[in-house]
Amino acid sequence: MLDASVDQSFVKFDRVQKSYDGENLVVKDLNLSMPKGEFLTMLGPSGSGKTTCLMMLAGFETATHGEILLDGNPINNIPPHKRGIGMVFQNYALFPHMTVAENLAFPLEVRKMDKATREEKVKRALDMVQMGAFGGRRPAQLSGGQQQRIALARALVFEPELVLMDEPLGALDKQLREHMQFEITRLAHDLGITTVYVTHDQTEALTMSDRVAVFEDGRIQQLAPPDTLYEEPENSFVAQFIGENNTLEGVVTKINGPDLCEVKLDGGELIDAKPVNVSNVGDRTRVSIRPERVEMNQERLQDGAHTLKAEVLEFIYMGDIFRTRLRVAGNEEFVVKTRNAPDQARLKPGTHVDIGWLPQDCRALDA
Amino acid sequence: MSDTTTSGPMLAADGTPLKTSLARALRRQKLRALALIAPLLLFVVITFIIPIASMLLRSVENEIVSNTMPQATEALQSWDASSDTPPDEAVFQALYFDLFRAAEAKEHTKLGTRLNYEQTGTSSLFRTSGRNLDKVGEEWQDPIEDIAPALKDGETWYAMMSGTGGEALLESRRALWNQMVPGDFGGDVGLTLSTEIIELLPLTSAAYADWAIFEALEKGRDVSSRDPWEAVYAALGLDLRAEATVAAVNAYQGPHADDLRLLTANLDQLPDLTFRDAFADLDEDWLDPEVWQTIQIYSPSYTSGYFLNAVDMEKGPEGAQARPDNQRIYNKLFVRTLWMSLVITASCIVLGYPVAWILANLPMRTANVLMILVLLPFWTSLLVRTSAWKVLLQQQGVINDILVWLGFVDDANRLILMNNATGTVIAMTHILLPFMILPLYSVMKTIPPTYLRAAKSLGATNWTAFWRVYFPQSVPGIGAGSILVFILAIGYYITPEIVGGTDGVFISNRIAYHISSSLNWGLAAALGTILLAVVLLLYWLYDRIVGIDNVKLGG
Repeated sequence: MLDASVDQSFVKFDRVQKSYDGENLVVKDLNLSMPKGEFLTMLGPSGSGKTTCLMMLAGFETATHGEILLDGNPINNIPPHKRGIGMVFQNYALFPHMTVAENLAFPLEVRKMDKATREEKVKRALDMVQMGAFGGRRPAQLSGGQQQRIALARALVFEPELVLMDEPLGALDKQLREHMQFEITRLAHDLGITTVYVTHDQTEALTMSDRVAVFEDGRIQQLAPPDTLYEEPENSFVAQFIGENNTLEGVVTKINGPDLCEVKLDGGELIDAKPVNVSNVGDRTRVSIRPERVEMNQERLQDGAHTLKAEVLEFIYMGDIFRTRLRVAGNEEFVVKTRNAPDQARLKPGTHVDIGWLPQDCRALDA
Repeated sequence: MSDTTTSGPMLAADGTPLKTSLARALRRQKLRALALIAPLLLFVVITFIIPIASMLLRSVENEIVSNTMPQATEALQSWDASSDTPPDEAVFQALYFDLFRAAEAKEHTKLGTRLNYEQTGTSSLFRTSGRNLDKVGEEWQDPIEDIAPALKDGETWYAMMSGTGGEALLESRRALWNQMVPGDFGGDVGLTLSTEIIELLPLTSAAYADWAIFEALEKGRDVSSRDPWEAVYAALGLDLRAEATVAAVNAYQGPHADDLRLLTANLDQLPDLTFRDAFADLDEDWLDPEVWQTIQIYSPSYTSGYFLNAVDMEKGPEGAQARPDNQRIYNKLFVRTLWMSLVITASCIVLGYPVAWILANLPMRTANVLMILVLLPFWTSLLVRTSAWKVLLQQQGVINDILVWLGFVDDANRLILMNNATGTVIAMTHILLPFMILPLYSVMKTIPPTYLRAAKSLGATNWTAFWRVYFPQSVPGIGAGSILVFILAIGYYITPEIVGGTDGVFISNRIAYHISSSLNWGLAAALGTILLAVVLLLYWLYDRIVGIDNVKLGG
């Protein structure tokens, strides 16, 4: 990886807005800075504006307002073919009438490289994705995974500094997808390419990225590295969207400094939580706890843990973990995940248990 | 296959061979499929395939000559066409009897018309000769009736010719009639010739049988009381010329033998006429070897003559030869048809491609509205559209008026846009344009816009992206449209007929002329067959060069 401090804003969105119909904003006030060499994922449900952002960066859509800068230069008025940005499309967009090698040579040909250079670069790119033997084939003769590799090689063969990927793994089956996730990350890091990756698959986003931008409603809800995103979601949407999450609703009754507040749940129970975006007593809040941070074994509870009464509604054996659904403070969808350990009890529905968690794992978010 | 060498055929669970079992299982499906298509299949076969096949057959069929003149064509076979002399008396004699029958049945004019395609003047030759043929027979009839007055009477003839055992001759003459006028001569003639008289007077018997069949079955009269026609008297005269016949007649004991003997006693009163002279008297042209050459060349039942005609050649005594320059027309027409069809196809590509591109790249709603504009001409009659072009293109028409008004064209030198090739190309391009746009559109619709985006993201300019990525993928559409337009254009008829004048007509207009005006269906069929062959050949070439798999009408 390149030293990030050299160029903190290789790609920069500056107050970018986009509207297609002049009435609704698809992208509302987008600000984003990307250092060189970063792997950034735009994650969000469909219609959240992430693909529009990618298309504006690629030059296929123009920003209605604001500026996009690449390496310090505004690119709003530069046509796509002069931006020198590599792009991998959702359905690969390999040219069906050309062989694999011709597909790869295409960007080099339009850059007027001589034949020897072209051949060498094509060969290197094919070897890079372990497809060296497939140069003479047509795209239709390749499997989905192979086409994916070729599309990747084609986006990289002309050595762009920025590569955009628009849900490139969407059409692959699970196993292949996981394999390709690893490979794309490896290539991006090995080559030191700045990558913007668009997906709606949160696992993909968490496993691949340096940073993830969670999109919703035309805005970035949170921009953070995967672990921060998962463990410290800044609002209810991010908490819900990333990973599994238990939510308890209530009202803030007391604020005891920046790291602790008291919440009275709608069922009447009082719990401690870490205030994230609640500031006043009396605010309604959603308290969020990750399922794996809840402890059902009293002996393992750490000091300062908070306990609540719960009733087991369902027990699901999932191999590596147990998934237990409970009724907690009136919420019947409260899920607890426990590791399949020898001393872990397999609870029957109807059992009453005490569950507990640390106040810092319990985040009081916006309602 | 291992199953045949080691374990025998694969068996189904019940022990029957698997193939039999499978065939049985599939039979019901096949029958059902056949039943579903049967109505359309029958319709197509009856209304389309059979008529076309019979039409194409006309391009080689030539039975009219040998059917109308069976005896003359047979006699003519031994004639040497290069001898430069008319054939011998035997041919003329056969011609007389054939032509007599044909004239009675009014078939000789059809034959004349047929031979007139090959040699001008034949039509009138046959017509006038047929009309005056009776006079030749009267040369015999009058003296015979003078010598033996009993032979004036039809009943005498009937009694003289009747007997037993002569069915074979009657049937063979009936077959000749049926050849000439197909299927008209069934039923009872009311006459059985006697074997003795057939042996005694062969020509007379044949001629009498001819007459009896025609009289009984065509005119529906009772042959026992009717007078025979002149040819029978001529045949009797010819029979009596032979010495052996005279001797035999003198020994003959059959009915009315004495009347015959009256004739043999007065042979010197019968004319010593040859048919050659008789025909020369009717028309000098009968002595012209060229007439006979034509008859001889076209006497086989099948002929390549129509096809040779269709490529500006003719059949001579030494085989095929080119026609004289001033009679050549069809090759030029074929070349012009092909060339103009190509020009029309090219203009359709040039005009249709951008339209199809815009249609394919517009939002669905707008595209559908514009598509209606493309399809609109289909809902208007072809004749109306072509006539509209007539209004637009003529020298005092809309286009010229506008050009003159704008000052582009001088009023004295208005453009000639009609009644020439230009008019045909303009009008036909307009009429065939939808056939180019529709397949192009449906192919372009299937090319995802991401390809162009991908090409641009890889650094291609708009033009390169179009030319290297989009265009090659739209070629199947161009192929489909071109085949459609070209094949439609090559057989087009109405538009060239209306706006084409003389320089802008196609081969199809000539075919129509031969079908409806000159009635030379054989030549029309030959021209049509050649046109069909050319189209198939081009289609085959296209398949070899471009590949028919690359032709897409959509999807």
